[in-house]
Amino acid sequence: MNHLIFSRSGLASIAVAIALAVPGAPHAQDQAGAGNWDMIRQSMFAGRTIEEDGAKLVELETPVRAEDAAVVPIAIRTRMPQDPAQYVKKVYLVIDRNPSPVGAIFTFTPESGRADIETRVRIEEYTNVRAIAETSDGRLFMTTNYVKASGGCSAPAGKDLAESMARMGRMKFRVEGEVKQGEPALAQLMISHPNLSGMAMDQMTRLFTPAHFVRKIEVTYGGKPVMSAEVDFTISENPNVRFYFLPRGPGELKAEVVDSNQLKFESSIQVKPGTAGS
Amino acid sequence: MTRESEFRFAWRLAAAIFIAVAVEAPAVAAPLTVREVAPGVFVHFGAHEETTRDNLGSIANIGFVVGEKCVAVVDTGGSAALGAQLRESVRAVTRLPVCFVINTHMHPDHVFGNAAFSDEPGVAFVGHAKLGAALAARERGYLDRLHQEIGDAAAGTRVIAPTLTVASTRDLDLGGRVLNLRAWPTAHTDNDLTVLDAQTGTLWSGDLLFVERIPSIDGSLIGWLKVLGELRQLEPKRVVSGHGDAGAGWRAAIDRLEEYLAVVRNETRSAIKARRTMQAAVAEVGATQRGKWLLFDDYHKRNVTAAYAELEWED
Ligand SMILES: [Zn+2]
Repeated sequence: MNHLIFSRSGLASIAVAIALAVPGAPHAQDQAGAGNWDMIRQSMFAGRTIEEDGAKLVELETPVRAEDAAVVPIAIRTRMPQDPAQYVKKVYLVIDRNPSPVGAIFTFTPESGRADIETRVRIEEYTNVRAIAETSDGRLFMTTNYVKASGGCSAPAGKDLAESMARMGRMKFRVEGEVKQGEPALAQLMISHPNLSGMAMDQMTRLFTPAHFVRKIEVTYGGKPVMSAEVDFTISENPNVRFYFLPRGPGELKAEVVDSNQLKFESSIQVKPGTAGS
Repeated sequence: MTRESEFRFAWRLAAAIFIAVAVEAPAVAAPLTVREVAPGVFVHFGAHEETTRDNLGSIANIGFVVGEKCVAVVDTGGSAALGAQLRESVRAVTRLPVCFVINTHMHPDHVFGNAAFSDEPGVAFVGHAKLGAALAARERGYLDRLHQEIGDAAAGTRVIAPTLTVASTRDLDLGGRVLNLRAWPTAHTDNDLTVLDAQTGTLWSGDLLFVERIPSIDGSLIGWLKVLGELRQLEPKRVVSGHGDAGAGWRAAIDRLEEYLAVVRNETRSAIKARRTMQAAVAEVGATQRGKWLLFDDYHKRNVTAAYAELEWED
């Protein structure tokens, strides 16, 4: 039961084909997916130094053991101010042993206020999870955690697929707490989407059901980009992201979402600094 | 080949043949102990454990009902090897054929013994209308996990899709005995099915009812609480629960399950209202329930994760 998974999302240019091992076979020599990481590193960061900095610039919060491998909450926090002179430009999320290891690439700007992100992911096997921050001057910093989880990607979307499909495209978008002029504000975007991995097999046809997942999320405030994410089915069903933006005055916080079938969804909220967000 | 490796090879070959024979010919399997909880209703009670090589997935209650014409098996256990043992238990009681294999829902500990009955002449595999799709979607994950848990003892285990499905209700005639099947809206899973043996007033609830072992939420928390309210109206004499022994004390068992689910619902709702994150809710919700359920630490946090993911979309 070997699979070759090629990402069809915007991540395709750096897609890495990984042959999954026979079910139940031990991965003694490659427990955490070090071999996959070498390939990813070669294809994405060839010739560049990655500073393994522990938690000095990029902090990664993951559970040691996932309670539900299909919904593993993670948080990435960076410790550099988003100063236009030097800021965190990108954060890469790599899950070495997942069928699509490069699960997300987040892009930030000085208008982000903080280059932090929280989301929920699927984890297929016991694996290293990496957060790699790239600064605007091209330096790379990485923090790696080991997570015990299994079966998250091949888990079907949803405990109730009919309900999940019926609700597809609905969004909940809000700003957390009081929004103050010139201070980073926390926002949460929830997107109702089955985010099908395409790895569940149809028993009648013996074919894998087609993947159908959110592939791009773009958020602007007052027309300026604050956070964008290239993602795939690594993100759990009903993608949920928490991120910051820097309100310099009243404006519209707007999220545009595109999925792998080119379906587009959008949601926006009006923000007035000094008052609580809607 | 050295002599040692030749020896190892021969030993492995012998072991492989032994396993193949054991699976191909269930006649060598030892029957499971069953208890006749009502005339003609036999139950093998599973252990409150995770699936291991030792228990072969005997962790849920499985059994059969004997009519005048034939036998209906209700759930088959967590592996083909265990299913073969259940089949021997049937054979020890009656020579009547098995005409129905009923699965109460998709979980591996209830369906993975099906293969042991696949060569019963004319047998129908019976399940909820959504069981086939649910199994198809989870097949690879379930089989992978079983291989991890019990290794080559998983040989012969496979998913068998239902050949007779139930969208609302359906009666199965065993000859002089009719079973009333009922498909439920999403609760423990999205494919829960109950089996009522009207003759003895015995209701097989599947995992709509857990006793002692912590329930697992794999459908809808809100849906499950609704269905429990409806189960009370059925007024059976006894209930064969999916786990633990509800028996005649089934009302108290529903009370305990309802308490757990309601606490998880209420506290998770409060956490979401208070803008607590999923991680925070998972650490905080339901602490008072620890000590009331076996295997609490193995499933409770996953239940809160599921509850949070469901309830954050309310309103
Ligand atoms: Zn179950």
